[in-house]
Amino acid sequence: MSKNSEYLIERENKQYEVIIGLEVHAQVTSESKLFSQSSTKFGAEPNTQVSLVDAAFPGMLPVINEFCIEQAIKTGIGLKAKINKKSVFDRKNYFYADLPQGYQISQYKYPIVGEGKVILDMPNGQKEIGIERLHLEQDAGKSIHDIDPNNTLVDLNRSGVALMEIVSKPDLRSPDEVNVYIKKLRSIMRYLGTCDGNMQEGSLRADVNVSVRLKGETEFGTRCEIKNVNSIKFMQMAIISEANRQIDLLEEGKEIDQETRLFDTKRNETRSMRSKEDAHDYRYFPDPDLLPLEISQELIEKIKSDIPELPDEKKKRFIDKFNLSPYEATILVSDIETSNFFEDVIKNSDVKLATNWITGELFAVLNEKNLEISQSPVSTKNLSKLINLIKDGTISGKIAKTVFEQMIDGDQDPLIIVKEKGLKQESDPKAIEELINKVIENNSDKVAEYKSGKDKLFGFFVGQAMKESKGKGNPQLINKILKEKLNG
Amino acid sequence: MSDITSQSLFELTSNIKEKKLSSEEITKVFIDRAEKSKKLNVYVTDNFEKAIDQSKKFDSNPNFDLKLPGIPIAVKDLFCTNGVRTTAGSKILNNFVPTYESTVTQNLWSQGAILLGKLNCDEFAMGSSNETSFFGNVQNPVGENLVPGGSSGGSSAAVAANLTPVTIGTDTGGSIRQPASFTGTVGLKPTYGSCSRYGVVAFASSLDQAGPMTKNVRDCSMLLEVISSFDQKDSTSIDYKRNCYSKELSKDIKGKKIGIPKEYRVDNMPDEIEQLWKNGISYAKDCGAEIIDISLPHTNYALPTYYIVAPAEASSNLARYDGVKYGFRSPGQNLIEMYEKTRSEGFGDEVKRRIMIGTYVLSSGYYDAYYLKAQKVRQLIKKDFDDAFSKVDAILTPSTPSSAFKIGEKTNDPVSMYLNDIFTVPINLAGLPGISIPAGKDKNNYPLGLQVIGKPFDEQNILNISYALEDKINFKNDISDWWVSE
Amino acid sequence: MTIDLKTVKHISKLARISIDDEKANKLKGDLNNIFEFIEKLNELNTDNVQALTSIAETTLRFRKDEIKSENIREKILKNSPEENKDFFVVPKVVE
Repeated sequence: MSKNSEYLIERENKQYEVIIGLEVHAQVTSESKLFSQSSTKFGAEPNTQVSLVDAAFPGMLPVINEFCIEQAIKTGIGLKAKINKKSVFDRKNYFYADLPQGYQISQYKYPIVGEGKVILDMPNGQKEIGIERLHLEQDAGKSIHDIDPNNTLVDLNRSGVALMEIVSKPDLRSPDEVNVYIKKLRSIMRYLGTCDGNMQEGSLRADVNVSVRLKGETEFGTRCEIKNVNSIKFMQMAIISEANRQIDLLEEGKEIDQETRLFDTKRNETRSMRSKEDAHDYRYFPDPDLLPLEISQELIEKIKSDIPELPDEKKKRFIDKFNLSPYEATILVSDIETSNFFEDVIKNSDVKLATNWITGELFAVLNEKNLEISQSPVSTKNLSKLINLIKDGTISGKIAKTVFEQMIDGDQDPLIIVKEKGLKQESDPKAIEELINKVIENNSDKVAEYKSGKDKLFGFFVGQAMKESKGKGNPQLINKILKEKLNG
Repeated sequence: MSDITSQSLFELTSNIKEKKLSSEEITKVFIDRAEKSKKLNVYVTDNFEKAIDQSKKFDSNPNFDLKLPGIPIAVKDLFCTNGVRTTAGSKILNNFVPTYESTVTQNLWSQGAILLGKLNCDEFAMGSSNETSFFGNVQNPVGENLVPGGSSGGSSAAVAANLTPVTIGTDTGGSIRQPASFTGTVGLKPTYGSCSRYGVVAFASSLDQAGPMTKNVRDCSMLLEVISSFDQKDSTSIDYKRNCYSKELSKDIKGKKIGIPKEYRVDNMPDEIEQLWKNGISYAKDCGAEIIDISLPHTNYALPTYYIVAPAEASSNLARYDGVKYGFRSPGQNLIEMYEKTRSEGFGDEVKRRIMIGTYVLSSGYYDAYYLKAQKVRQLIKKDFDDAFSKVDAILTPSTPSSAFKIGEKTNDPVSMYLNDIFTVPINLAGLPGISIPAGKDKNNYPLGLQVIGKPFDEQNILNISYALEDKINFKNDISDWWVSE
Repeated sequence: MTIDLKTVKHISKLARISIDDEKANKLKGDLNNIFEFIEKLNELNTDNVQALTSIAETTLRFRKDEIKSENIREKILKNSPEENKDFFVVPKVVE
């Protein structure tokens, strides 16, 4: 990274660097839970997706979901990580109202996936972020504090849902990098179909580790962990606020306590989460109800053979094959739905025009209407028809915009719009010449001015000719004939 | 026909199949006897009314192809039974009624058995004398104010006192075999993974196994055949071909190699135990078995290992009893206070002691020194047995270092209580099958047992050896109905 | 090594079991007796021994990703100490 783009926080001639590591909790897209057969579906009535196992009734035992294991391996492969053929499920012991077993089944010493990496496309080049590990674990239930004024209510629908915890190395250095990292991780998992990445529904959350140090320092400072932040915006706010808090402490000559903190989104500040007396001691030990998880090479190979083209590879292909700029390619591959949309459109139409129309007009509409590309009001079929109309000169780019505006309303066929509204471009040289003659006749004074050297007036004549054609005149032809007439 | 309640399971099933007895008749006789035997305190919860209904139902449409046709059976109160209170001998589950059935008990009912009731046991199966039960201690029918052993003390007493034809218990460190030994009955702990743990209140998951407790070896083989099954719902259940134990039962043990481990000759072992063991060895020889001296060098480390592993697992397994979802709750101003009061008032002293030990050995800074160390020693103990079983087919030892003791005698000294399990614990640590059969009596006329230990999944072999020894020993339990009130 | 009163109280806090001073003192004695007996393991050198991870002679079995989609809320909540038809209820938690 070039020096001037470094993210530094300044204090009286001093510059602090912010060190960030993320523990992302990604919900595995599975039908049933990690160790039980309850549904994982979002939004059900409280406690209706709870089995005896999820509620930790006496004598209930966990049986592992094969699909969740495969999804973890798949994600590991997507992160270019080492798949561990033997891993162990441990119990993480602590008491909480929404943790029915009194422990969470997780992986501690021996995770299913080891070291990997994620490549970030930053404005000034690529940056590699190391992945420390990925492990499988159970989600907890939900404590609800705002229904009953005197009690906390517990809903166990989420209890036991499979999560992948993806731990990054402390390689992130700015809120911007965090933004790009989360989006990239989300993109990879969506390409793989291992996590839907839906942050509103809590399918993707993160614990953020933040520490600060003076620029140039090589040792890490004491870090604090901000728990369970559920949007990128809040992660960025939390990082900035927490980094500044730590710097303030250092500036006052105080020490930073290593602790778990909570981000208060209303007050935009982090605060200590649990009292010291309750210092964490999770008493991890291998879950005796489960055996070590052994994965065969065959299974790994089978999953490998099913891995689709991932964003980095797709981006390279788009650049090499379609001659897109890295910037354009990055945008088009950022989301699997977008890249699929793009590839569908260019099956039958021009790549350059398709790129411009998708990243330009279409994205503007989606943004304005707050839609995902999967909900695009214009289908790939009709968009490629529109592009072909431009390409073969049937309509001008300007007319195309008018047509597009109408297409949005119920995915109308551009061919029909052009026909019904008579928007077809006038490309007959005779007809163009006729209307240009008319313009010249009607503006003899301007013609004289032009001929005496006022070149700027050329644009005026183009405008008049276009007006005369009711906007349908082929611009290239108008230009060409006008030039001949005026300069000849 | 002899008194119905004193009949073996084999006799009762034969009599039912031959229509000499009806299920209702049998069920009622056991219920009558139970009503007169309250002094033993074997039942925590009875199911008498429903049992009679079910026996009538069986008689109206009997299926004699079943292995336990209309046989009433009481089970240890550690098995979850659908619609019938299950307490695990604890105040914390005093009011808990499961909506589900353990696999092992389901296997009983699927073969025609009828639930008589739930038998007293040490709280969460932690104890060797049934004195830690919230529901009070159990009297050993062998003698007044004598403990029946534990933790399956209600079960052993019920079988010995003819209150149930057979029963099932659970064994984590000796909880089937030690009470069997104390009451002159037969108890078998199967290979780890033979009987499903689904629906059995957990004590220490890597050690717990359910098993049969019966009057004789044949009954034991019949019951094991019913309860041992592969279960998808238990990830530690093992899918292997189980024998038809009762059909394949044989006294022919000629040429079997039986190992005698020198390390089981512990300091201060009473002479009568030593004598019992010698007798067992000579009976085995009489049956044509070959006796081989073997060594299990890490035997002395088994008990300390057990008292790390079992409490560690228990401390975590019992975390779910927190007053939130079921069971006892003591109100608190806040969540933490509710937890602390609930668990303090809901658990008894021994359970709390073990939770504390387990919490400590897993806590930060001590894990390696205790838990990891114990898991390594456990490996050594297992290897001892692997080595021994490369030379022998089975191992013969005493079941316990003493006979039944008086109620209250050891309650204030946890370590001396723990020493009761010195001969049984290594078998759980190694996951092996072990059976205790009555083999003699001490000077007080209290029963003593011998233990036969087998290779993994070799239950048939230890049953056969026990069957042969049982025949030679010809043990007769000398029980007067001293507790019976008319 | 010996376990002091402070440790006993810390452990009881971790285990969420409240104990008064009298009980704590009694427990301290019991635990020290038990640990004295456990310390016997230190006689053994286990540096080159692999810890036993499972006694079951099998590998972890996988289950298919299938839903058994019965809503058993009533059963799940039936035994709960504080009655509520939708939720488990605990004293107010202030985070």
